[in-house]
Amino acid sequence: MKRSPKDTATSARRIGRRALVVGGLQAGVVGMLGWRMRQMQVEQADQFRLLAEENRINMRLIAPARGLIYDRNGRILAENAQNYRIVIVREDAGDVDQTIAKLKQLIYLDEGELERALREMERRSPFVPVTLSDQRAWDDIATVAVNAPALPGITPDVGLTRNYPLGPDFAHVVGYVGPVSDYDLEKNPDPDPLLQIPKFQIGKTGVEAKQEHRLRGEAGSKRIEVNAAGRVMRELGRDEGIPGADLQLTVDQGLQNFVQARLELGLSASAVVMNPQNGDLLAIGSAPSFDPNKFVRGISSADYGELTGNKYRPLANKAVQGAYPPGSTFKMMVTMAALEAGEIRPDETIWCGGYTKLGRRRFHCWKRGGHGHVNLKESLQQSCDVYYYELAQRVGIDRIAETARKFGFGQHFDLPMSAVSSGVMPDKNWKMESYGQSWRVGDSLNAAIGQGYVLATPLQLAVMCARLSTGTAIEPRLIKSVDGVETEIRGGEPLGFDQANLDLVRGGMYAVSNTLRGTGYRSRIDVDGKLMAGKSGTSQVRSVVVRNEDVPWEERDHALFVCYAPYEAPEVAVGVVVEHGGGGSSAAAPVARDILLYALHGGLPPLESYPSSQRQMIKELHDKLPLRREMAGPERSRA
Amino acid sequence: MSYLEYNVKTVPAGFRKVLYLNWPLVILLTAVASVGFLMLYSVAGGDISQWAEPQMKRFALGLALMFAVAMVPIWFWRNMAGLAYTISLLLLVYVEFFGVTGMGAQRWIDLGFMRLQPSELMKITLVMILAAYYDWLDVKKTSRPLWVLVPLILIMMPTFLVLNQPDLGTAILLVAGGGAMMFLAGVSLWYFAVVIAGGIGLVSAVFSSRGTDWQLLKDYQFRRIDTFLDPASDPLGAGYHITQSKIALGSGGWTGRGFMQGTQSRLNFLPEKHTDFIFTTLAEEFGFVGAVSLLSLYALIVIFCIVSAVNNRDRFGSLLTLGIGATFFLFFAVNMSMVMGLAPVVGVPLPLVSYGGSAMIVLMGAFGLAQSAHVHRPRGR
Repeated sequence: MKRSPKDTATSARRIGRRALVVGGLQAGVVGMLGWRMRQMQVEQADQFRLLAEENRINMRLIAPARGLIYDRNGRILAENAQNYRIVIVREDAGDVDQTIAKLKQLIYLDEGELERALREMERRSPFVPVTLSDQRAWDDIATVAVNAPALPGITPDVGLTRNYPLGPDFAHVVGYVGPVSDYDLEKNPDPDPLLQIPKFQIGKTGVEAKQEHRLRGEAGSKRIEVNAAGRVMRELGRDEGIPGADLQLTVDQGLQNFVQARLELGLSASAVVMNPQNGDLLAIGSAPSFDPNKFVRGISSADYGELTGNKYRPLANKAVQGAYPPGSTFKMMVTMAALEAGEIRPDETIWCGGYTKLGRRRFHCWKRGGHGHVNLKESLQQSCDVYYYELAQRVGIDRIAETARKFGFGQHFDLPMSAVSSGVMPDKNWKMESYGQSWRVGDSLNAAIGQGYVLATPLQLAVMCARLSTGTAIEPRLIKSVDGVETEIRGGEPLGFDQANLDLVRGGMYAVSNTLRGTGYRSRIDVDGKLMAGKSGTSQVRSVVVRNEDVPWEERDHALFVCYAPYEAPEVAVGVVVEHGGGGSSAAAPVARDILLYALHGGLPPLESYPSSQRQMIKELHDKLPLRREMAGPERSRA
Repeated sequence: MSYLEYNVKTVPAGFRKVLYLNWPLVILLTAVASVGFLMLYSVAGGDISQWAEPQMKRFALGLALMFAVAMVPIWFWRNMAGLAYTISLLLLVYVEFFGVTGMGAQRWIDLGFMRLQPSELMKITLVMILAAYYDWLDVKKTSRPLWVLVPLILIMMPTFLVLNQPDLGTAILLVAGGGAMMFLAGVSLWYFAVVIAGGIGLVSAVFSSRGTDWQLLKDYQFRRIDTFLDPASDPLGAGYHITQSKIALGSGGWTGRGFMQGTQSRLNFLPEKHTDFIFTTLAEEFGFVGAVSLLSLYALIVIFCIVSAVNNRDRFGSLLTLGIGATFFLFFAVNMSMVMGLAPVVGVPLPLVSYGGSAMIVLMGAFGLAQSAHVHRPRGR
């Protein structure tokens, strides 16, 4: 085909024109691209730079060391132990199954633990270390380290975990820690970022829980650079947190050990030992107990079921949670109220014929035949119920309650332990509010002998005894110092009772323990200068009187005893409750006396402290007690 | 018209042709490719052997190919246009059945030493056949419906094959490149008005087909469009790439974070960082200055093509050079728009910079054609 030069020229011109149009369009697009670059890289650069930094920099929390807990002498109760772990990194391990098989030939691996680890490994990125086994002995770690070349991807690792070297002795007081759960966060929303750390340990019960704010410390952090897959490339900066505060408790680990061992003989019992001068709680025992270390490691459901299913309730801290009818130990309160109100003279006698008649109802004395003529001292010494039925009618519940509250009944003590109970100190208003019924005289009679609505914890019994012995409103205290700073002693001021009246009540308690007809005479201390004063109590669980031996354990009477010593200059006050133990003088008094003696001696007392007839029996008892001997090796004391 | 119509005497012959090459273009191409080597070295974390070295070898091969193609008279290439187009089309049909599947698409023929993507080849041979067609066609017939239909068929055949792979990016480049050729050849503007109107209709048809039995695009292509329209809707899923790409680009600032200092690419936040998204690494490490410099180099290459074409009175040579320039322009414009969030992610590499064999060799061959047109352009009269 032939084309004329004119055609060619026209065509070339047209192409030229169109080329310019296309070129113009292209220039427009290039301009737009350039404008977009300017917009992103110049105008919004800061914003994008920030996003890039957020992409690459991660904050990782560093858990601070938890505060330690010591006893009053600096013996450690809760420590941060080295936790040796065996960790595997999947991408370094090559054939995971083969490597684990090799590891199994060297050390024992728990199958359940292994299965969990394998599952976790599948879920995580290949470079994330997964714990194969926890809480290993040093020997296992050494074995793994020595065989490292044959175990690719497996490394020993060390972390911190809570350990309670004294095991069950302080399970109720110190409590235990455990990994933070969703339930914890729901119940108690806490913005502390530390709680987001997987398996972070927080206090679950006891001092560990109640002093969590002091023990936890503050989170540190490290800034790390990560890549898109989350792999850590390098550490950019680090800020060590603030470790938690160390706590020193008022308890004495030796005494606590003795108290726990002594209580264990009574199936289900609790005791509180207190210094009446400064309020220091020297021991808080609750038997049976449990090993708190099991909870730290994650208790098996079988072990847990055993603890919850046990009818002696090992998990409960009965010393502060258990509220029992105080029985005859309440009679001091009634006596004080009557003396202060001037409703009774010390030498005035009341005739006990074995019961009091109120309308058609009979209120019996524990002694069927009656005590005959009884004065104030004898009423405490022999625990005559009829005497107190009479006082109750004279004084009235409101004045009794007013006095008892000053001694700590119904009072809530703000101590760092779980579920501290306030007990119940009823009066007319209380009954109206609680039951919508008016108070009856019969209620007063029951209350006067510590039955009916009155409930008190062993802690409250010990406090009552301490306040009686000193006449001051001393407050119990459990924390001696925080990071070396002594906590204040509270309640040293006088209760405001007439000194003569206090002496009369103390005299009654002295008679209980040191005179032949006293209910606690058998459980006395036979050393001059360390004589004790006490009061027994037997509180009925059921209303019909039958012999304790004839009914199942759950229906037997609670045995109670309160005491302090030395009588002249009180140093130790004790409250003991043996659940369903039977009579206070037979089941609780010996326990209270033994604890008192140990506390006074600061160790196992010589047999000479006991009445001569009991020494052989006491010796056998001492041999039988599962006391912890002094630990071998260097003493774990405060550095 | 035959090659005899050229004033052959004015055309340089023998090795003197080398002196008549469009040397500024050669230098610009080398400069752009060098930027590519630098970036491939950087994204490999300072490893030259991983991507940069193979890329250099390919560029050397491409350069040799360009010179070889440039030495052959342009009329030979015009006569080869039909054959080249036919072979490309057959290869496209071949990969439809026997191609190596990668990334969910059938695209490659494994030649052993390299993977050939026939769709890359087609981008150039389509330009060739259209240039040859309009060279042959009587100028007066250019806008007659029957003669408009022929190039449309030539464009649509490979487009449908490529769409079927499915490779949306290449399909767009083929349609846009072919359309540009028709526009340049002087097809009446009315046709373009109609096509644009039809295009709008087609887009709405595509969107309304979603979820029906006659769905026109694959699900992943729809998702890409969704993500393009609102990348924030799925920042960790499909929108992740584009979000991270924009972060990398924006964080470069004026002068960038420094060579090999881009955290986004070094820490693997960037997807496909050595291929389609390599521009983001450049923008991150060299900032606005670096990005605009590369854009300017690209623009200069296109300008040199246009200048060469406008000064070329041979219709085939002129159209071919313009078509190659337009295709090259489409490559980088679509790629840059894509990584800057102006266009959906369609899988178009950054020409001469992205790591990849076929695209590099084919492009260099195409510039060989443009050089041939430049060397053998009619002179004098």
